[in-house]
Amino acid sequence: MSDYIAIKNNETILLESIPVLRYEDFLSFNTSLLSNEANHCVHYFGYPLPDKLKLICCIANDEENTILISSSEIKVELNSLPSFSAQHLAFHIFEREIHENFGVAYTDHPWLKPVRYAFDRADRNSTIGQYPFYQINSEELHEVGVGPIHAGVIEPGHFRFICNGEQILHLEIQLGYQHRGIENLFVRKKKLLQRNILAESIAGDTVAGHTTAFVNLWESLCGYTADDDLQYARTLALELERIAIHTGDLSAICTDIAYQLGSSVFGRLRTPVINFFQVWCGNRMAKGLIRAGKNHFHFSGELADQLRKLFDDFEPDYQEMWNEIKELPSALARLEKTGVVTHEQAVSIGAVGMTAKTAGIKRDIRASHPHDLYRQFNHQPIVKHHGDVYSRTQIRNEEILQSIDYIREMIKNPPDVHINRPPLSPPKPDSFTLSLTEGWRGEICHCAITNGNGELLHYKIKDPSMHNWLALALAVRNNEISDFPICNKSFDLSYCGHDL
Amino acid sequence: MIGNIKILMHQGKQYIPDVTTTEVPGIFRGRPEISTEPVDSIALVDLCPTDAIRLNPVQIDLGKCVFCGECAFAFPEKIKFTLDYKIATNQRESLIVKEGEYNNIILNPDLIREEIAKYFSGSLKLRQVSAGGDNSCELELNACGNVNFDMGRFGIEFVASPRHADGIVITGPITENMAEPLQICYDAIPHPKIIILAGTDAISGGIFAGSPALNRSFLNNHKIDLYVPGNPIHPLTFINGVLELIRKRKG
Repeated sequence: MSDYIAIKNNETILLESIPVLRYEDFLSFNTSLLSNEANHCVHYFGYPLPDKLKLICCIANDEENTILISSSEIKVELNSLPSFSAQHLAFHIFEREIHENFGVAYTDHPWLKPVRYAFDRADRNSTIGQYPFYQINSEELHEVGVGPIHAGVIEPGHFRFICNGEQILHLEIQLGYQHRGIENLFVRKKKLLQRNILAESIAGDTVAGHTTAFVNLWESLCGYTADDDLQYARTLALELERIAIHTGDLSAICTDIAYQLGSSVFGRLRTPVINFFQVWCGNRMAKGLIRAGKNHFHFSGELADQLRKLFDDFEPDYQEMWNEIKELPSALARLEKTGVVTHEQAVSIGAVGMTAKTAGIKRDIRASHPHDLYRQFNHQPIVKHHGDVYSRTQIRNEEILQSIDYIREMIKNPPDVHINRPPLSPPKPDSFTLSLTEGWRGEICHCAITNGNGELLHYKIKDPSMHNWLALALAVRNNEISDFPICNKSFDLSYCGHDL
Repeated sequence: MIGNIKILMHQGKQYIPDVTTTEVPGIFRGRPEISTEPVDSIALVDLCPTDAIRLNPVQIDLGKCVFCGECAFAFPEKIKFTLDYKIATNQRESLIVKEGEYNNIILNPDLIREEIAKYFSGSLKLRQVSAGGDNSCELELNACGNVNFDMGRFGIEFVASPRHADGIVITGPITENMAEPLQICYDAIPHPKIIILAGTDAISGGIFAGSPALNRSFLNNHKIDLYVPGNPIHPLTFINGVLELIRKRKG
């Protein structure tokens, strides 16, 4: 019997077809896979069985377009397991989550701290006010605490710096403030529409990314093949969202270096893009647009003309602003060589999305595990190598232009609307499905497990921020603390996507 | 320098001249109108993902509605979402839209406290606290201050510290883990101070209502000065609501 089952993105399999390994074999199999850089962990989680805990590990192979699924069953009382993280740091956040939720104690995990203080955590006595921060005993060094509530209109999280004068030696990021119990609500709320809206609310800045992951997963679970017009709408929404948020982020990066012209111009350039979502589907964040098995908002030829006109107006203004900033010494001095994530660091922590792509890792679901229209795109990920704030600024610029090219191509021939779509069948029983999408931040992974009656037994969500928050902590080391805001903005990670 | 000036020239005027009368583009889902047409009301109630629809008479509670619009697709003859974005109010009951009633949603001037008109009508500084917000309302609150909506022209701004603030804007369904920081932030704001709930999640919990990870007890202990529904709120809903709040009370 094999150690794993290899599946494609959005493939539903029987739960029993996932091999169950002894924990020692499970550990050595999955950790050894990561010695190949083409492999990375897209999800690793546990869920309770009557008298034990089932662990499922999902490793994506970016060259063969497969995801290798393996599992193990452990007794929680045993309480002394060797960790994956001691072999490879990329597993650290997943094992911390398993530890927090189920009380599994690892013997050699390097950083076994709470993840988000979930309401259903194993140890209810541990509360968010008592997070065990890394401590120093030094008269020369000092600590700076920031948050949970920040100066701007952003989400909450706590940052604890250890500094030598102005220089950051260490940053610890403590999250969990945004925990809404969303994975649990997926199981408790029984209506498909409720789950669809929950998916839209995982991270309200990544509505297209998370909702596409959900509907693709759900349709696969129901054995439903989406019509080309549904796939078209989802792909278009993903790329439009990328353009909108990247443009807004360029504005915010300018704000953080006090370049007001850039801030204002990129800020106002975002407006017509999100207003187009409102013209298309009635909501500036694309809420309501993506629905499992249907679409209320047909993308008509008239909308295609409007979008073409929008880009005709957008591009010259955008290009003019970008050309200015990319040659502005006072801006570049703040961006270049600030907040560097090295290639080795990005590989070791299993970084995804822009963080990986700006550190020389060609990791992009649109190319490696394509879904919807990406299967026809031959997408070439944009890769940068310096891993600094400027790389993360440049990649946004290039991805915006690439996405505009994709959309211009797509809107030449919008598909006809399908009428009389078949209704969704009920989800298959005793099944496992995994869905990957490349949101603007990076790779999103949703997993679902159904019980014998085809009801949802377990739902797992992974926002790219799960991997990448550690990258921010590493990037700011040895930087001045005054550069923290620009570093943070250049990653623009999700708090609610992490806290769920 | 010359490059910067050229860019400025090419931008032209970007601000919305009158935010109280401008029209939103497209098919915005604003204030719903419910006709008196008889429909399968059980199916209608069952359809709603957040129990925002009640019967006798048929009504939608915009404090619970996530503006998905599914009811209007299923029963187009019964429910229609209009482009009316002025849906903020200071009275919780005013968010309930009933069948056959096509009135605008307005603020009740009698409920606006005297000190709001006295101190804040020309300048209002707000502290924002996201307490489980999904970052969509936060993005829209930021958009209120961008060059298009330019809320700053009315003296309304977000500030970095509660010590500088005249009030608090809460987004999100208020998680257990944010309950204490929210209270601390509110306590740090000097009197007199106002509370604004921005977004359906903040007003009722929205799709998260009933989640065991929430702790909404803060709302039981404080009077709310403004409810701004939306999923997320539209910047024009927020700006118009706040303007009414600081300007509407006479004397």
